[in-house]
Amino acid sequence: MARAVYGGRAACIMSTTVQTVTDRSSADSVILRPSRGLASFGLRELWRYRELLFFITWRDVKVRYKQTALGAAWAVIQPALLMLVFALFVGRFVPKPHGIPYPIFVFTALVPWTLFAQSLNGASGSLVLSADLVSKVYFPRLILPLAATGSFILDLVLGIVVLIIVMAFAGIAPGVGIVALPLLALFALLTAFAVGIWLSALNVRYRDVIYAVPFLLQIWLFASPVAYPSTIVHGFWQVIYGLNPMAGVIEGFRWALLGLPPPPLGLMAASLGAMLVILVSGMVYFRTTERTFADVI
Amino acid sequence: MATAIAQLHGLSKRYRIGSLGPSYGRLTESLWNAMAKPFRSGSRTEEPTRYIWAVKNLDLEVHEGDVIGVVGRNGAGKTTLLKLLARITEPTEGYGELRGRVGSLLEVGTGFHPELTGRENVYLNGGVLGMRRREINRKFDEIVEFAEVSHFLDTPVKRYSSGMKVRLAFAVAASLEPEILIIDEVLTVGDAAFQKKCLGKMNEVAGSGRTVFFVSHNMGAVSELCTRAILMEKGHKLVDGSVGDVIERYGELISAGGHNVELEPDPSRACSIVGAELTDGAGSPTTSFDLEDEVRIKVRYVVLQHLRGLQITATLARNMIDVVHSFDTDQLDHIPDRSPGTYEAEYAIPPRFLKAGNYTVRLTAGTPEELMHDLEGVLSFEIEERSENTHMKGYRKERPGHVISLGTWTTTRVG
Repeated sequence: MARAVYGGRAACIMSTTVQTVTDRSSADSVILRPSRGLASFGLRELWRYRELLFFITWRDVKVRYKQTALGAAWAVIQPALLMLVFALFVGRFVPKPHGIPYPIFVFTALVPWTLFAQSLNGASGSLVLSADLVSKVYFPRLILPLAATGSFILDLVLGIVVLIIVMAFAGIAPGVGIVALPLLALFALLTAFAVGIWLSALNVRYRDVIYAVPFLLQIWLFASPVAYPSTIVHGFWQVIYGLNPMAGVIEGFRWALLGLPPPPLGLMAASLGAMLVILVSGMVYFRTTERTFADVI
Repeated sequence: MATAIAQLHGLSKRYRIGSLGPSYGRLTESLWNAMAKPFRSGSRTEEPTRYIWAVKNLDLEVHEGDVIGVVGRNGAGKTTLLKLLARITEPTEGYGELRGRVGSLLEVGTGFHPELTGRENVYLNGGVLGMRRREINRKFDEIVEFAEVSHFLDTPVKRYSSGMKVRLAFAVAASLEPEILIIDEVLTVGDAAFQKKCLGKMNEVAGSGRTVFFVSHNMGAVSELCTRAILMEKGHKLVDGSVGDVIERYGELISAGGHNVELEPDPSRACSIVGAELTDGAGSPTTSFDLEDEVRIKVRYVVLQHLRGLQITATLARNMIDVVHSFDTDQLDHIPDRSPGTYEAEYAIPPRFLKAGNYTVRLTAGTPEELMHDLEGVLSFEIEERSENTHMKGYRKERPGHVISLGTWTTTRVG
């Protein structure tokens, strides 16, 4: 039988007297300690609720394109239009990078970028939009931003497939780096998730976040090597530049898909490190503020 | 002795006043406070934060198979207690332990998505309530049959009538099989026939040896379902005992209300009731009426934003059993729009309609989609037989029934 124990700040004093009553021997008992200080990730519980994660991800996918005429085609139309804008207005000023046609060069970056931007949009509002769920049912709240990001995996795959078809027409073959594509996709997803959990938890308390996200994304787009190659930054500055995890993600995608020379190690390491810092701090912040979500939302 | 399945020791929950509603901080405020902190020495210039204890120092021991009714007036802390039990919110103090899977049903249809079909929503809602996919698969037919929606399974829920939605939601929830089930007021939805069906289903659940916490204002349901009850008042547990005792004390608590109530408008509500008053037909305030008196209930409410289909309801209960449920729109052929402002509505109950007894008034304000204000037992009054009534004998309170029969009998000899 599962056991649930919970309490507040004063609980530790009281629990000592009470716990003697409880049956500690039952092997499958789950004990939730009174939460104080920083929270743990709660990954085990997340795993127990994996089916709900699946249900909610699937709901987000299903609902997104309901009653749209173009349906899932939007997943490709959005980056394609953005690519067109860049090709028309920026392309002429950027020399043909490594012999790759500029539109394809940009589109390769837009595939992970779209995932990032969309899932940030989705994740930042995910808790507040499900306020009724948060205040009426118990489940690991991380599921909501996680599902918001996860629901764009399909779009990411679709984007990659379209890109490969376009590359085939243009006669561009991917390099050996393509075997690393799944890992890079994971990198992209984790980056989107890491920033997403920060914003979703902040948004519960500060609704300013919803208004800030579109602006944040605009700036972030230009701080990332989408419309230009990261090689315009040199030496040590590449590491600084790499602190934007999307720099590593995008350069990784270009290396894997377009067969360009691998991105500088310093840049990749900085991106990976920055992503991990955002992810871990985001998890801690989320789990710590999670306790009061239902009271504040 | 039965094993304790739930134990609560000094469980308390404190809310900051103002953060109860949908209010939230602004980033600038927090940043400003953080920046100003170092310059603010010893003396605190800001006004002290006010707190309320929604639940205070609650001890409770529940045994396997107990069906506990949680009773109390609005704001007594019942819902907060359920939220603590369901782990939706954390206690501020105290300690609690529940042994077994906890399923909570604080609102019917939580997690329903209007764009998804009935079938899809069964899975989604089941998942939200903590069911596994295998479990839902197994119970799917049972759920659909209970909800009576088999023809509309592949129709988006947004095209469902509200009754269908509620039926489906309850059916999913009823198929939940946790060791501890927490239920809040689900019986107040749906039509009478379905309510009866729900009550039957809950009886089944309660009889199956599961432990149930049941919050309700409906004393009929509480006395039918529960094996014991607790009465909450201002966050404290006032009575813990038999259902009969608790209902009696609850009745006393409620009838302590007066003829006149003034409330502060709540800025977080689009519509809030700010005053209620009882007067007789001549307009003089009283709580004691004669059978031959007209009873008037005056409701004053504030509307903060334009509301379509705002309705005020008065529900009269005699000895805790609902007698009359009346909307202010009952006489209108269309539901009116209300622009921001203060309104006063009066509900007049004709003489010789209510039998002698103690009555309580519940007032609610809301649109068909949203209940905005709910004041249980806000007013109370009694009706007495002061004068000998000669032209109608159906008033006698010893007879069954809560209202004086308005029907007429005609008898003819047919053989």
